[in-house]
Amino acid sequence: MKVLPFVVAAAAVLLSACASTSNPADTANAGNTAIVSGNSGSTTGSAGSSSLNPAQPLPQVDAAGAEAAAYAGVNGKSVFFDFDQFAIKDEYKSVVEAHAAYLGKYKGHVLVQGNTDVRGSREYNLALGQRRAESVKQSLEVLGVKPEQVEAVSFGMEKPRATGTADSDHAQNRRADFAYQ
Amino acid sequence: MHRLIAYCWRVLLLAMMLAAPLARADLTVDIVGGGSSRYPLTILPMQNEEWLPEAVTQTVKSDLAMTGLFGLLEPPGGTVLPASPQAFDPAPWQQNGSRAVLYGKVTKLEGGLLRLTFWAETVNPREQKLAAEFDVHSSQLRDVAHRIADMVYEALLGSKSLFASRIAFVVQKGKESRLQVADVDGRRAQTVLRSAEPIISPAWSPDGSRLAYVSFENKKPVIYVQDLATGQRRLLANFKGSNSAPTWSPDGRKLAIVLTLSGNSQVYIINADGTGLSRFSYSDAIDTEPVFSPDGRQIAFVSDRSGGPQIYIQALDGSKTVRRVTFQGVYNVSPAFSPDGRQLAYVRREGGRFKVMLQDLATGDARMISNSAFDESPSFAPNGKMVLYASDEGGRSVLYAASTQHPGRVKLGVLEGQVQDAAWGPFNP
Repeated sequence: MKVLPFVVAAAAVLLSACASTSNPADTANAGNTAIVSGNSGSTTGSAGSSSLNPAQPLPQVDAAGAEAAAYAGVNGKSVFFDFDQFAIKDEYKSVVEAHAAYLGKYKGHVLVQGNTDVRGSREYNLALGQRRAESVKQSLEVLGVKPEQVEAVSFGMEKPRATGTADSDHAQNRRADFAYQ
Repeated sequence: MHRLIAYCWRVLLLAMMLAAPLARADLTVDIVGGGSSRYPLTILPMQNEEWLPEAVTQTVKSDLAMTGLFGLLEPPGGTVLPASPQAFDPAPWQQNGSRAVLYGKVTKLEGGLLRLTFWAETVNPREQKLAAEFDVHSSQLRDVAHRIADMVYEALLGSKSLFASRIAFVVQKGKESRLQVADVDGRRAQTVLRSAEPIISPAWSPDGSRLAYVSFENKKPVIYVQDLATGQRRLLANFKGSNSAPTWSPDGRKLAIVLTLSGNSQVYIINADGTGLSRFSYSDAIDTEPVFSPDGRQIAFVSDRSGGPQIYIQALDGSKTVRRVTFQGVYNVSPAFSPDGRQLAYVRREGGRFKVMLQDLATGDARMISNSAFDESPSFAPNGKMVLYASDEGGRSVLYAASTQHPGRVKLGVLEGQVQDAAWGPFNP
């Protein structure tokens, strides 16, 4: 059999040219990881071009006034949902009413954050969590809260409160939280 | 037929720029499942391969095994390694069932360069399918190995290979989420974003230069686009409510995203620079997980307008023609178009288990290609021959790649962390 001669395409000269071209890239690589910290929304590293709108970590609570007490009364109170459901159960109507009363009196702004259990598509769960958050938002508005005071958002299955796989764990995760800003 | 392949390193430079070993999280390739019609191939060590700091033919073997298309045969001990076609004797390989043999040699050149010369020949009848030579530095050996795997794949199977591409995925370590980009085999993983809050839904731009993703760093999901070479990123969508599920149009000029401006999750189209928002889907249900067809004329998405989540395809021409494409099962989500647009991969829930399905869009026939309990986020290799997905294994999320042609899957097992939300990128530029 016959063997054709090789073409040695990668001559040393070309290689060294290639190598010198690639060096700056290696250097650039050291800085191409963006680092974000969730609570402040700040960005470090070379990704500083993003225009973040930092979320306020906590509401300005008037420690001397009734507002503090009112805030303490609603802070951390969540609404829990049945599997595949977004209707607010009777036992959680008082929770929604308490948040509505607080928002009506103190004119704050709240993020209603919907959550799902850790099963299924991440994006579809994000949409299901949104549906739960919207359900709470609508209930708040029925109780007189202004639409501009409420933003319904979703964490989907990404921030489970319980990480186990028992039914009780899943039940903990099917919820809407209230984050005041 | 003799094939002569000349090769210049210049074309690999872009790949190497982004694939420099920054943060290594080595993944291992395990073959699970089998197939009967694989190409029987023997890969011999190169003569003098022990001179190399890294076993090139091991990577070539691992790559070709990963495709599920090759049945690799082990040479018997004491095999004399041929260092030229003149020295190659096909007889023993005809007897061990090989259809072809890959062999070669390593030579030292001036200036620390190494010359890798190799040949692939069929043995019955004997025919040279490939002959090539690389002069490289030792730092380039992994790129050479992937390139050899591509050349062997293409010379023996006659179709486009897949190792000149990369994958993206999210690794969760404790509370930290890392968006990483790696070689197809999961090696040389680089972190492109670290966050104390979840990152989901990475999506490659068609030219492989950028990733869009959803970040929760601002107490709600918003969409960023990040340039991989520079690390520069910017907000693409931060509208009131949730912003999620980005995917790119084939020309890279637009993205389909999901917003909740109407009080429910709906599909919108936005320019890649963040301008020109327009609503695409109109329902009072959930519409999410949009993906453009490869011809750019349609979008497949998930909607629960009929009750449970099913996959629909809607034209982009303004006619708003919508057709449902999944009818089996009550839960079909996460669609991905094959590169030729003829197949759809998606996830079906059946009996509490989540499986990756592969459906022929012309006939509607669908078959299961994954076999675990919680499989998610399928995406096609750019040559359409494999589907990458995340799977649960004893409470840990790992990545698998399944052949679209033969039964069989490969696990890309990372050492630690939850590896999820896999996205197979396009061919490297």
